[in-house]
Amino acid sequence: MSVLSTYSDLFLRAFGTTIQLFLFSAVGSLVLGTFLAMLRVSPVPVFRAAGAVYVTLVRNTPLTLVFFFFAFAYPLLKMLRLEPFQGAVVALTLYTSAFICEVVRSGINTVPVGQAEASRALGLTFGQMLFNVVLPQALRTVVPPLVSTLIALLKNTTIAAGFSVSDAGSISYVLSEEGANMLVGLSWVAFFFVLLVIPLTLVQRALEKRWSVAR
Amino acid sequence: MSSVLFDVPGPKARLRHRLLAVVGVLAVVGVVGFIGYRFYDSGQFEPRLWEWLQYETVQLELLARLGNTLRAFAVAAVLAVLLGAVLAAGRLSDHAVWRVPATVVVEVFRAIPLLIMIFIFYFGLPTVDIKPSQFVAVVAGLTLYNGSVLAEVFRAGVLSLPRGQAEAAYALGMRKTQVMVQVLLPQALRAMLPTIVSQLVVLLKDTALGFIINYKELLDYAKYLGTQGQFGRPLVPMTIVVAAVYIAMCLLLTWVAVSLEKRNRRNKKIVEPENRAAEQVVLSNASGV
Repeated sequence: MSVLSTYSDLFLRAFGTTIQLFLFSAVGSLVLGTFLAMLRVSPVPVFRAAGAVYVTLVRNTPLTLVFFFFAFAYPLLKMLRLEPFQGAVVALTLYTSAFICEVVRSGINTVPVGQAEASRALGLTFGQMLFNVVLPQALRTVVPPLVSTLIALLKNTTIAAGFSVSDAGSISYVLSEEGANMLVGLSWVAFFFVLLVIPLTLVQRALEKRWSVAR
Repeated sequence: MSSVLFDVPGPKARLRHRLLAVVGVLAVVGVVGFIGYRFYDSGQFEPRLWEWLQYETVQLELLARLGNTLRAFAVAAVLAVLLGAVLAAGRLSDHAVWRVPATVVVEVFRAIPLLIMIFIFYFGLPTVDIKPSQFVAVVAGLTLYNGSVLAEVFRAGVLSLPRGQAEAAYALGMRKTQVMVQVLLPQALRAMLPTIVSQLVVLLKDTALGFIINYKELLDYAKYLGTQGQFGRPLVPMTIVVAAVYIAMCLLLTWVAVSLEKRNRRNKKIVEPENRAAEQVVLSNASGV
């Protein structure tokens, strides 16, 4: 208990950073992921191939390596300068969007063929069909796995700590500098993550049950 | 699949698609070209930065580091499968004494970020005078996390078998353990094998987390060599090489999973599970780092 009360400021600040990191990269990867999913189902083969290559490459790269690139190698390319926090958001967004893309695409595939055929028969264009008919239905089935992907994203934000972002993972570095009891401190960090993640898991299961009946 | 979303294109649509394809190619070439130009412009393609590849000591060290990565992967994979089996047995048990603790363990270890778990082993345990090496910390973290995920996979696999299988076995007078070991598990294991292998891909990628606690693996060497002045600080080439190694290894494992799945589909002996529950578990956990 003493560790928590002594370092309550640190814990609050660190988890605040974690949640910020989570929110920025969640929005970013949802947008990019949906865009990639659209590429992957588009009628133009080049778009499909580009989406597929991106997803295959990113999904098979460790997130730590993506962080590594943005923390150490990217600055050498002398492009737009990124602060560690911004770099972490970019790394998490690029990585998570590949998974979101797969989730959305599998959702699109669950929409019965008749829906797309019917909208074609009505003369809707591909874009209209996707936005007005298929995606709204796909999103329903997709929300539960999407929530799990976002939970994974929340847990993945801790990796940023290894690359000089002061998020929840970095609490251990501060504690070790100050010589506090690391086991207790880290157990608190783990406990707070359980506290953050388990409600989300419950929401996800509830949605899964409710919406799997609706289809 | 995706082809149901659009008709076979007519002449007008074909023209439009061709136009879009040109735009797409231009966009992709533009982005890749820009990145390539930045690499070129900042001198990352200079031969000097790639010279390290020719040194024998560097090659040997790369292999040794790759060996370290694979060693952590292999040990953690075996332990995770074992732990997963034990936890799944607990979760499937009829006795609350086993079921409740197993459920709690699975839920908690799936909720804690893997890195925090590794930190607890590496930085936390020394406060109670246990000093695990980096290898032990990484393997322990990987085992606990992936073991919990695999427990869910096993459970989902057993539960997704048709109910008639267990009922028939009970009708034959088999005991609970016999039903599980002789009837359910052999079928479930076969059906689950591709899913287990895909989870191992996640485990393989997660070994890279060892970098953060300085486990002597590939990325750690990339950082070391990348800051060596005598090779001109080849951080970018090093990152590219390490990424290629990881992608190759993961694609190999994915290929194993896919071919196992294909073999399963050909094999008539395998009872098709009623739903894709096991795959759902992995799909939803796939992004675990």
